[in-house]
Amino acid sequence: MSQQTPVQDSTRYEAVIGLEVHVELSTHSKMFCGCRNVFGAEPNTLVCPICLGMPGSLPVINRRAIEFLCKVGLALGCTIAAHSKFDRKNYFYPDMPKNYQISQYDMPLTTGGSVQLPSQKIVRLNRIHLEEDTGKNIHAGGHMATSDYTLIDYNRAGVPLMEIVSEPEIASPEEAEEYLVQLKTVLLYLGVSDVKMHEGSLRCDANVSIRPVGSTTLGTKAEVKNMNSFRSVVRALQYEIQRQEEAVRKGERIVQETRNWDETRGLTYSTRSKEQAHDYRYFPDPDLVPLTIEQGMIERWRSEMPEMPLTKRQRFVSAYGLADYEAGLLTSDRVTADFYEAATAESKEPKLVANWMLGDVRKFLEKHGLTLATSLIRPQPLAALIKSVTSGNISGKAAKEVCDILVAEGGDPQNIIEKRGLAQVSDEAAIKQVVDEVLAQNQDTVASYKAGKVKALEFLVGQVMKASRGKAKIEVVRAMLLERLG
Amino acid sequence: MAKAGYEIRTAIARKQISAVEAVEAALAHAQALEPQLHAYIRLLPERALAKARAIDEQVRSGQTLGPLAGVPVAVKDIFCVAGEITTAGSKILENFRAPYSATVVEKLDNAGAIIIGKTNMDEFAMGSSCENSAFGPTRNPWDLEGVPGGSSGGSASTVGAITVPIGLGTDTGGSIREPASFCNIVGVKPTYGRVSRYGMIAFASSLDQAGPMAGDVLDAAQTLSVIAGHDPMDSTSVDIPVPDYTAALRTDLQGVRVGIVSEFETEIGKSDPAMAALYKAAYEDLQRLGARLVDVRLPHARYGLATYYLIAPAECSSNLARYDGARYGRRVDGDGDVFTMFERTRAAGFGDEVKRRIILGTYALSAGYYDAYYVRAQKIRTLIKQDFDAAFELCDVIACPSVSTPAFELGAKTQDPVAMYLMDYFTIPMSLAGVPALSVPAGYVNDLPVGLQIVARAFEEATMLGVAHAYERATHHAQARKPQVALSSSAAGSGS
Repeated sequence: MSQQTPVQDSTRYEAVIGLEVHVELSTHSKMFCGCRNVFGAEPNTLVCPICLGMPGSLPVINRRAIEFLCKVGLALGCTIAAHSKFDRKNYFYPDMPKNYQISQYDMPLTTGGSVQLPSQKIVRLNRIHLEEDTGKNIHAGGHMATSDYTLIDYNRAGVPLMEIVSEPEIASPEEAEEYLVQLKTVLLYLGVSDVKMHEGSLRCDANVSIRPVGSTTLGTKAEVKNMNSFRSVVRALQYEIQRQEEAVRKGERIVQETRNWDETRGLTYSTRSKEQAHDYRYFPDPDLVPLTIEQGMIERWRSEMPEMPLTKRQRFVSAYGLADYEAGLLTSDRVTADFYEAATAESKEPKLVANWMLGDVRKFLEKHGLTLATSLIRPQPLAALIKSVTSGNISGKAAKEVCDILVAEGGDPQNIIEKRGLAQVSDEAAIKQVVDEVLAQNQDTVASYKAGKVKALEFLVGQVMKASRGKAKIEVVRAMLLERLG
Repeated sequence: MAKAGYEIRTAIARKQISAVEAVEAALAHAQALEPQLHAYIRLLPERALAKARAIDEQVRSGQTLGPLAGVPVAVKDIFCVAGEITTAGSKILENFRAPYSATVVEKLDNAGAIIIGKTNMDEFAMGSSCENSAFGPTRNPWDLEGVPGGSSGGSASTVGAITVPIGLGTDTGGSIREPASFCNIVGVKPTYGRVSRYGMIAFASSLDQAGPMAGDVLDAAQTLSVIAGHDPMDSTSVDIPVPDYTAALRTDLQGVRVGIVSEFETEIGKSDPAMAALYKAAYEDLQRLGARLVDVRLPHARYGLATYYLIAPAECSSNLARYDGARYGRRVDGDGDVFTMFERTRAAGFGDEVKRRIILGTYALSAGYYDAYYVRAQKIRTLIKQDFDAAFELCDVIACPSVSTPAFELGAKTQDPVAMYLMDYFTIPMSLAGVPALSVPAGYVNDLPVGLQIVARAFEEATMLGVAHAYERATHHAQARKPQVALSSSAAGSGS
């Protein structure tokens, strides 16, 4: 617009994002005690002297949590530390029963590794470490400062929490989402977490900075917290990047700070916390002995690993002739992928199974508010249904009806077809009778066809199909009509 | 009242007395002496008598009796006992009712021992005189103007007063051995990892160990056999079989090499000629029993105190963070926010020495100081361990002073923390090295008892107890005199 555009306005900026993802591991018991690890129980019912930090209590490492984390490390190509240890992170906060968190400081369980995005971009990981989750503060007034009182639920205190720290290599909010989706897929494949962001079993903080395109130095970062869904991660990052860009263009300096995402107002705001002033005074937890992870143990875990999503996706393309896009959808979770492979093995129709699963099955799942995991549909019946269509036993339309029932109620397609009388009629005598009736009732149309109005044939075909309630085999009907009219 | 624990158990097994009688006598004795000694924070008559009745029932029905069946014992108020108030000597826990029992308490219960009370202690085990208790000081049965030592002063005092034959203490830098020395009893600090710490309120996790305090070595050995062993609830407890320590007790020292620490002899020589003479006599006694004395060196032991006063406060600053008034214990309301509640609760709940050590430890762990203090202290700790390894190449046990003085008067060192810290000069190196050590009565200086320290390789408590037993049998120092309080306590109805 104006010719006096300031010079810096022509500068293009790029975002640099690093994600810290906290994932609660779905071990049977908590990280350092025997309390059950489940979401949604009555407050303070899953607690004991250990996770309440009672005087004299001591932590004992949950070996399963170590295994879960190391399997994630193996899936992401991380280096598993032969020697690791737990440290205490000291700070006072009422949701933390001991006023220190058992975490890992300088010897995390894994280092390195990466997450590969569908775009083939590699986002490298810095580390994955294990710690204990905190309890939950429930402020009577919604916020600590404005509440008359605060209730604390310690059910979550001591739940194993894995922190996956990426390098600052994510370039956009959309890429951040891809990263999270990919990570979530891997975690679900491994069965180490239920990865429900709305229940807090996956939580994500982002370190965001911007820099002029082409620059290799990192700008001052802001840490964005309180994002409660993948969508809010994208929105928060979009907002924050824009905010920083505007600030820089106005000649302001970005300050290193923690900013909370406000979902309703759609903005980030400074928490003005003295975060930077915190000195956590890490030191090795003297209640726990250092960890040694034997190579043999790592090999055993490796042998127990399932095929990972990207490998599976590539295999689906090469083995079943699927498009990469289809393979991506079908491998997005393990239940879908396993279902697909079972139905394909049964039907020998890889392409058709994919079409059904990504088409009608998905549609009916949505209609009934189900997922493959919660629906009663099974791979073998779906394969049988597909065979019924290819063999001409039922029409495509009838098959959709059966599919709807399979998704909603489960069962065997043959029974459903028989019970509902959906089998296709190719018996010429039966069809002939219907054709005769239709021709008798539509003398006018017959006449106009004979007068050269070719389209009238399709009307008659439709009438026959309607009269047979869709069961007549359409090719037979058309041939018979042509014969009679010719 | 009491005789030794093993004598009481035998009398109960033979139905000469009942467990209820034994416990009633101990309770009466304790109550009678409380005005003078204040050895207990709380007596547990109901719990004790219920347990005693159960033992008597076992006797009646001919069941197998535990190794400490019916024996009255006293435990330091640092051990959680389910359903009972457990204070660790602090105002901040004055109303804390433990929801569970410490592993060692369960082990004592299972062995038939009867806990008659929770004994006084320096707050959170920080102190060497029992004067840092929030509930008033305990006095020494050998000198009512003197301290019983600390931090396990209550247990030492009540065992020294012969109220109970056995007490349980904890030792972080000398808290069993120094009071044992002051009160003329046997006090054993086991190898770090030998006894479970579960349910024992933490002071400095990498140093704390529970151990027996008893009238003689046999009772101490028996008690250690009961409380030792791996505990799945304590990751730092070690899974090594527990021998029967009573089987290892010997009466001569033929073939035993006893190391005498050159640095310690120089030190004790500088302090008090009477003390130096007492220890010299003790070494000669060992020699007479057949031991061969060898000179050993612990060149880094002199840095023990400085090292200890970085590591222990560092750990305590973190261990004591949980006392904030939010979940249990004392609470002082804040200005409508939780952080002022934390500050006021801790300001009101902790005593001066505890605060001093929290501040020391917080400082030592702070960014910029961590490497210079905590990390360096850990390195010196390793050097001290290596000193012991080298010494034990030359000897089987080390004999050395437990303390540099007998019990001092109440108030004598309360204004000078460093003078108080120096009381642990001879006991801290063993704590840092994690090796087992005990104090056994070795005679009297200025009519006050003094203990001899015997130290062994890690997990060789049997060797250490064997040497102490031979020495005790040959010298009978503890039996040579009677404590002041026992003489003046005919009201206690001592029946023995």
